[in-house]
Amino acid sequence: MIRFDRVSVAYEPLADAPQSPAPAGEAYSTLFTEASFVIPEGELVLVVGPTGSGKSTLLRCVNGLVPHFSGGTLRGTVTVGGRDTRQHRPRDLADLVGCGVQDPTASFVTDTVEEEIAYGMEALGVDATAMRRRVEETLDLLGLADVRSRPLRDLSGGQQQRVAIGAVLAAGPRILVLDEPTSALDPVAAEDVLATLNRLVHDLGITVVVAEHRLERVIHHADHVILIRDGVVSGLLEPEEAMVSSPIYPPVIGLGRALDWSPLPLSIRDARRRAGKVRELLAGSVPSVTAAADPQPASPAVEVEGLSVRHGGVVALRGVSLEVRPGEVVAVMGRNGAGKSTLLASLVGQARRSAGSVRLGTLDPAGAAPAEVVRRAGMVPQDPALILYAESVADECAAADRDFALPAGRTAAVLEEIVPGLSGSQHPRDLSEGQRVSLALAVVLASEPGVVLLDEPTRGLDYAAKRRLVDLLRGLSARGHAVLLATHDVELAAEVATRVVVLAEGEVVADGAAAAVLAASPAFAPQVSKILHPLHFLTVDQVVAAVGAAS
Amino acid sequence: MAPLTGFSLPRLLHPVAWWVWGVGMAVAASRTTNPLLLVLVVVAVGTVVLERREVGATNAFLPFLLVGLFAIGLRVVMSALLGGGVVGRVVIVRLPEVPLPDWTSGVRLGGAVTLEGLLAAAYEGMQLAAILACLGATNALASPRRLLRYVPATLYEVGTAVVVALTFAPQMVEDAARVRAARRLRGHTGRGIREMGRLAVPVLVGSLERSLSLAASMESRGYGRVVRRTTGSVRLAGALTLVGLLGVVVGLYGLLDATSPALLGVPMLVTGVLCAAAALAVGARRDARTRYRRDPWGLPEWLVCLTGAVPAAVLIAGSVLSWRGIVPQQVPAALPPVPGAAALAIAVGALPAVLAPVPPLLARSREATP
Repeated sequence: MIRFDRVSVAYEPLADAPQSPAPAGEAYSTLFTEASFVIPEGELVLVVGPTGSGKSTLLRCVNGLVPHFSGGTLRGTVTVGGRDTRQHRPRDLADLVGCGVQDPTASFVTDTVEEEIAYGMEALGVDATAMRRRVEETLDLLGLADVRSRPLRDLSGGQQQRVAIGAVLAAGPRILVLDEPTSALDPVAAEDVLATLNRLVHDLGITVVVAEHRLERVIHHADHVILIRDGVVSGLLEPEEAMVSSPIYPPVIGLGRALDWSPLPLSIRDARRRAGKVRELLAGSVPSVTAAADPQPASPAVEVEGLSVRHGGVVALRGVSLEVRPGEVVAVMGRNGAGKSTLLASLVGQARRSAGSVRLGTLDPAGAAPAEVVRRAGMVPQDPALILYAESVADECAAADRDFALPAGRTAAVLEEIVPGLSGSQHPRDLSEGQRVSLALAVVLASEPGVVLLDEPTRGLDYAAKRRLVDLLRGLSARGHAVLLATHDVELAAEVATRVVVLAEGEVVADGAAAAVLAASPAFAPQVSKILHPLHFLTVDQVVAAVGAAS
Repeated sequence: MAPLTGFSLPRLLHPVAWWVWGVGMAVAASRTTNPLLLVLVVVAVGTVVLERREVGATNAFLPFLLVGLFAIGLRVVMSALLGGGVVGRVVIVRLPEVPLPDWTSGVRLGGAVTLEGLLAAAYEGMQLAAILACLGATNALASPRRLLRYVPATLYEVGTAVVVALTFAPQMVEDAARVRAARRLRGHTGRGIREMGRLAVPVLVGSLERSLSLAASMESRGYGRVVRRTTGSVRLAGALTLVGLLGVVVGLYGLLDATSPALLGVPMLVTGVLCAAAALAVGARRDARTRYRRDPWGLPEWLVCLTGAVPAAVLIAGSVLSWRGIVPQQVPAALPPVPGAAALAIAVGALPAVLAPVPPLLARSREATP
């Protein structure tokens, strides 16, 4: 169905670009070389690789967006359903290949669900009666019938992603290419989207090529895996085989690798079957708890009392009360739209509250000057690029020093600590997602605010970058910072949080120690906890330590 | 069964009908500087928006009104500072005047501020505000994107550009709010001129990136692909479009600007519309695209078009025949008379509030809350 024959993609250096001393200008150089593989019909293929390795580019090659739309040089041949992308522009392949992107709102052309689904068919000239019927079928297939006439903006993240998939699906493509379809979704909505994909592959025989960072969500659905590492693209690998050497892997694989299981289990079910012995071995032991779990008896760094916030007619937060002490790492979890971001925003005085009070120590952030607030609470927003303005990393650091009245070089030093060796001459927009989060974090942390707030920090981060983030957050907590993170990433919460707060419909529905809250919830339980249930282990490290102690 | 409000079953009115009505009202507003008539225009379009705007549609009416108010204020302040065409008798305040060389005749800096001058400026500002209100109302009633579905695929490039542009502006406003909020996270207030400069780059970059991904999405979903274009038809359609658009623009300008020669008005507009229609026909002949749930064109559409055409025609007639009160006398300042026929014609413009069918979601929400 899809044939890559010795495909290389490179972006040419700009002719008049100054010779930069750092050879690291990855953005200009070769992304990958000599990719050759054939994806047969009806497969679900997962593309795996670290951040910035060229996964998106590979996907965009499939429907010809690279190089027709984005420029760059493509060598070799990409053939899709017998058509060469050299002669066929993306629009000529639209009846064969459907493309979905990470942020569905960026791809919406029309205003309402029905029109969006019909759009592709209109462009393809599908007959009006057939189109009418196909829209209805698609609405049913993706469970969107009850929101059919709603404006796209009003839908939840999961619904938007399903509309985006439905919109490409309705045109009747045989191939679906999806770039990180679940990275912005909560675990339940993600499961929803993936179940839909699985159904499409099994019921309709559609070929699906998907890139996803959160392997724990997709790996067990995949028929084959393509690994991209350092510009080298593997052929189609069996998932078990690929995971043995993959640089990024989900916790279930991590556990399998640590305990030398072979073949590696991919799903929770397989792993549970293998884990019987381990469960017996660990029956009596208690997981070693990571440092700084005891909140210091100091006065709370954040005090929220009966906080309510309304956005228009919608109640975003309803009577939320919360205390965070120095040294605590609190993960705020919940569905898309449960009020997580609003809670964080009101802690830095950005959401207008209709009732209740917020205190950062003694300061009320709502009335205070921004300069006053940032000394006490620093926040990295969901899109870290929003707080980066300068033309280069070095400029950004210098600007941050000025903004927070710090001695020159302070921010650069913090950045060096987080990501060693980041070239100062790079443009912040050329950085990988993970590097950008790190830079934003450095900017925020430079002034050492007592409270650090992170909104979805792991969006787009691979496991290595995530691990560095975890270490960093643990360090912060050990030094007495209070950390609040809003996240969908249960594995991150399991690794780093001392406490988990679950929000639903703007209310706190659970608040307690991470182990207790996470293990008790079917949706939010991390993989290790599911595998070793009823034991209260959350992370691979804990299991490894306990196994070492027990044997 | 619940009694049906409005003329027919709940549905969305054809966007073209709304735009004809909106332009008609704007033309009517452009012909008069009588403040009472202008207020009447705003009230008429406002009523229609209140009655027939679909639930969840962007309310472009309010922002346009605000811009209009700003225009009035600006106009008044400028005329107070720089003087205007109207030399009044009642001096309100005398500002210190900056002597200017003779060649700047007509322009002055400071000096006497007269009641008549201020009123004249306010009326002209109100005229602009009323035109803006008409456009805002049309935007709120029929999103430009719905109108865009009627652009033939021959105009592929133009179509892409327009869709992208239409998304660009509102997204930019949203982005600006987000970037400003983020700016506060760096300890700045996000206000003031220098701050604006800092905000501009991330906002623009963000919007451009979004526009690119929208264009990529349109491309990969096959926009503009099934047009079997021959070079000849492309050239013909292109030329006709260019001439047509030029005609429409010049014609609209002529209509909206009362001081330009009459030849620039209706005749130009008609020629332009004819050329554009021919371009569409040439394009559509080769357009293999199909439409999902094509908006029907029925009696309500004709009626709504008519309710826009009546005020436009009556006020054009009024201004050509120079009825009293269409362009009120400025000196001395007095409450202008209201020509009955003009007022009645503008009131006709409010009729779509009952004539147009109720949009479906609005109908449902009204049923839910009787």
